[in-house]
Amino acid sequence: MEKKVYEVFRQERDGKPFVHSGNVEAPDDALALQYAREMFGRRGESFRLWVVLRDAVLELSDRDLLSPALDRSFRTVQGYRLRDKLAAAQGREAGT
Amino acid sequence: MTVSSLESRTREFFERVSNGGKVEMTDWMPDDYRREVLKFIEMHANSEIMGALPEREWINRAPTIHRKLALTAKIQDEVGHSQLLYRLAEDLGKSREQMFTDLLDGRTKFHNVFHYPTYTWADAGIIAWLVDAAAILSQKALLDCSYAPYARTMAKICWEESFHIKHGYDIVVTMMNGTDRQREMVQDALNRWWGPLMQFHGPRTPRETDKDIAWGIKARANEELRQEFLSLYVPRIRELGLTIPDPNLRYDEERGVWEYTEPDWNELRSVVTGHGPRSQERLGFRRMSYEQEAWVRRAVMGRPVV
Ligand SMILES: [Fe+2]
Ligand SMILES: [Fe+2]
Repeated sequence: MEKKVYEVFRQERDGKPFVHSGNVEAPDDALALQYAREMFGRRGESFRLWVVLRDAVLELSDRDLLSPALDRSFRTVQGYRLRDKLAAAQGREAGT
Repeated sequence: MTVSSLESRTREFFERVSNGGKVEMTDWMPDDYRREVLKFIEMHANSEIMGALPEREWINRAPTIHRKLALTAKIQDEVGHSQLLYRLAEDLGKSREQMFTDLLDGRTKFHNVFHYPTYTWADAGIIAWLVDAAAILSQKALLDCSYAPYARTMAKICWEESFHIKHGYDIVVTMMNGTDRQREMVQDALNRWWGPLMQFHGPRTPRETDKDIAWGIKARANEELRQEFLSLYVPRIRELGLTIPDPNLRYDEERGVWEYTEPDWNELRSVVTGHGPRSQERLGFRRMSYEQEAWVRRAVMGRPVV
């Protein structure tokens, strides 16, 4: 039987995000789960595992799309410098 | 499943979630829990998408290109939040079409603050600063939600919200450093938004009778959230020289609580059931774009466009 690669995502504790942890090779889904359990859960280090066929994983890594060159600081908290403005507003209030 | 095994399974489930246990989408859950989480998330999703509309009115009237970029980015975030949340709700078993039809037909609700008109640029500032601040407190109370996919989505949403608040604060502070007319605009916007803000977190449902708290869906009671909002924002509002339009607002040092004029709960009820000053207009706009853009949905779903 042809073997397939499954990517394994491990959840460390109840409710936490699933993090990619590695992969296993297996001929079918049932054995993939079994191998994932042996590789990533045998010490009780996983609360849950998600086991996904590698062929089913889509990747996007184009830097032009993910970190475009144009300034996007207006989308972030750090993009706003309030200190001086705020001091001016507070000062005006204190002065009245 | 036999009746008694269903009962014991249900009992175990509620015991688990009320003790901090988490539920994944693939887990078995009692219908009552599924319905409640779905209702909660659906209302949240509706609020995000309807919340984009009052601010949308200001994209073409933003005073500078930077404000326009930032406002557009915020609105894009809000619509994105609704997408994330509708996706969660779909996983719980209700189709997006059904959720949209229910929203448009007034069978489901969205937050009170999005039923009100906007008049000046100061409204854009007060909404982004204070409405988002009130909303982020509710959302932070969901970071440990028993429904884990919701909690994880909330981590992303809260991260994005922090820029909304900062940008709104920046608008307000900038205007307060401007002309008398600009300061009046901010004061006028605050006067109009204060009532809806005080109603935002809802009536004082006691912790003990709040099902959402018992089931670990949210962590904090309505009044706790309102008190925190007041503690955090009353000083910040006042230090800018603004007056909060409530003569009874005061901090009782002894009891450690804010006292305030009782919010108008009748107004809240009437507004969220579609009788607010802009409820029908906003729903009408949403309906129009839903119909006009139907071809986009068909194209995206790979169905014939005509
Ligand atoms: Fe949002
Ligand atoms: Fe926001």
